[in-house]
Amino acid sequence: MKYINEFRNPQKAEALLLEIKKLSQSLEKPIKIMEVCGGHTHSIFKYGIEELLPTNIELIHGPGCPVCIMPKGRLDDAISISQNPDVILTTFGDTMRVPGSKLSLLQAKAQGADIRMVYSPLDSLQIAKENPQKEVVFFGIGFETTAPSTAFTILQAAEENITNFSMFCNHVLVIPALAALLENPDLQLDGFIGPGHVSMVIGTELYQFISQDYHKPIVIAGFEPLDILQSIWMLLHQLLENRCQVENQYSRLVQPYGNKIALEAMNKVFEVREIFEWRGLGEIPNSGLKIKSIYSQFDAEVKFTIPNAKVLDHKACQCGEILKGVLKPWQCKVFGTACTPETPIGTCMVSSEGACAAYYKYGRFTQVFQNKSINQRVVIKNQ
Amino acid sequence: MLHNSLTKSYKKVRDTHITLAHGSGGKAMRDLIDNIFVNTFDNPILSQLEDQASLDLASLMQQGNRLALTTDSYVVDPLFFPGGDIGKLAINGTVNDLAVSGAKPLYLTCSVILEEGLSIEILQQVVTSMKIAANQAGVEIVTGDTKVVHRGAADKLFINTSGIGVIPSKFKISAYNIQPGDVVIINGHLGNHGAAILIARGELALDTNIESDCQPLNDLVATILNVCPQVHAMRDVTRGGLATVLNEFSLSSHVGIRLFEKSIPVREEVQGVCELLGLDPLYLANEGKLVIVVAKENAEKVLSAMKSHPMGYDACILGEVIDSPVGIVLLKTIFGTERIVDMLVGEQLPRIC
Repeated sequence: MKYINEFRNPQKAEALLLEIKKLSQSLEKPIKIMEVCGGHTHSIFKYGIEELLPTNIELIHGPGCPVCIMPKGRLDDAISISQNPDVILTTFGDTMRVPGSKLSLLQAKAQGADIRMVYSPLDSLQIAKENPQKEVVFFGIGFETTAPSTAFTILQAAEENITNFSMFCNHVLVIPALAALLENPDLQLDGFIGPGHVSMVIGTELYQFISQDYHKPIVIAGFEPLDILQSIWMLLHQLLENRCQVENQYSRLVQPYGNKIALEAMNKVFEVREIFEWRGLGEIPNSGLKIKSIYSQFDAEVKFTIPNAKVLDHKACQCGEILKGVLKPWQCKVFGTACTPETPIGTCMVSSEGACAAYYKYGRFTQVFQNKSINQRVVIKNQ
Repeated sequence: MLHNSLTKSYKKVRDTHITLAHGSGGKAMRDLIDNIFVNTFDNPILSQLEDQASLDLASLMQQGNRLALTTDSYVVDPLFFPGGDIGKLAINGTVNDLAVSGAKPLYLTCSVILEEGLSIEILQQVVTSMKIAANQAGVEIVTGDTKVVHRGAADKLFINTSGIGVIPSKFKISAYNIQPGDVVIINGHLGNHGAAILIARGELALDTNIESDCQPLNDLVATILNVCPQVHAMRDVTRGGLATVLNEFSLSSHVGIRLFEKSIPVREEVQGVCELLGLDPLYLANEGKLVIVVAKENAEKVLSAMKSHPMGYDACILGEVIDSPVGIVLLKTIFGTERIVDMLVGEQLPRIC
């Protein structure tokens, strides 16, 4: 398959790994690299990339899974909207299982709410046209990757004068989150693998503060195994040459100033929220998007009374530390015991892009069960 | 041929759509059953129209020492999809569940739940498709039931088929028989059915040529057992995909299973759909795939027997059985690393980006 198979070539990976190993021998101390995006986390686990790296290169799995950082309160709000009998709530697939404080969308659906999975927010407009007596609310989540498509949906709804469509906007921005992370004194990172899809929209220039103000190198990377390995190789070069730059490994898609059309649509429809709560990371200024007042007829937060209650995370859950890269998933007190993909306590265990779910799903044997038995997991955890 | 006494009694169904009268137990129902089901399935046992099918025990006992009995319900949406329809699925699914025990599938039941308003033409198409599939698999549909529910109480048409077959005494096939050192064989490409259904639902607006692999496996199974009666375990790979079957195998037999990523056969179109939606073909549904676990020394003869059969043409070895970790399926990636292939928690949900 073109543009996929080339980037999964084992021989090329071997050659890159050899180079990485050579370079790593010159490192004075072990290094920690954070992959920001959940898509990278998913690929790293799917292909076992951590296992291939020299032991002095550690990957920290960052907060770039939009499902994982959604606070319980916002999910409760979405569920509350969906429980209105005149509402059809539409959403992307992987938000369905995320636990709110009492229910997930999947459970709310089973209890009678009309919740439908869509592949594109534009599908919501079709549903709205087919159900003129209902209000169709799209539960929009995601970084700058998905925000343009929801912006286009609202622009199209305005153009077609669709009055029974609105959106519950929970889009978040990657740059303020990175800034908040870099301000965190617990964090000890040597560099970043930057998000490829987000950068396709926003470009590479906005990351300059990471190199200029925080003196960390960042390489924007694609999502195939060779992309990730090459970006690690590029980071190593920067570190060994004492450079801190924004580099673009994903140049087949990412341009320095991003995608103009997508950015224009976002700017037309959205404005920055003063504050948005991130699960595990707390409130981050200027990190969320809301719908501009000129499009308020499509804003579910205007159309509906939203409970807007703050819900504290479970006391035992350490998603915050995991999202900041301070703890590894298996170091969390409840990982694999009380918190599993069947009974997720924290959101990192829900989405396949969450670090905990990835470790549990793909790596709990290789990373945690050195004794090669599933039953010894609890013993290892208790030690 | 229909039973003589019945040919006199039934009248042509003039309605174009199913009404509640067709489930009332009265004349309308009798006409529907006679016209659509008895007429199409066309076999002497069903045409008796007794409340049960009477089967001759002596002839069954000549074929083996155990009876295999299975049941399955079919609720697929849409009813028709590339490569099949709910009727073909309802026959092949049950035939395959019987066949993988080593049984020769013989008789099936057919129970339908019809939604008021269903087009009778569609029902006839489905029933005809069941007959064609039954003929291909060499089974007879010998008894059945029809219920009609109010509009909205069911989605168009649900089918339940149960089936019986006879297992020859020489076969001891079970998920509990797997041994370390065994090899895992599959009869072809994974995920065609799951991908075909996703596309057929039309939500993706994708245009592909992916067809469901819906097919009866009993003849392929017979071919395999003919060259290797000592097959350790065998399953048809359906919902939950290969990953689910192998996890069940590893738990039942207290072994581990290692898959080789480079050997997993997936068609490029199916892989493309998976790439687009963030799905894993190891978890996609199939309706004509067979996974077989045999001792290593039997692998080559099983493989060559399979390759000589039209339903096993693309057969290959894709994994091996290991003694530990017990109850876990591992995947050796194309890069030589290993990761777990876990059971799914729920339905595979597309990732958002």
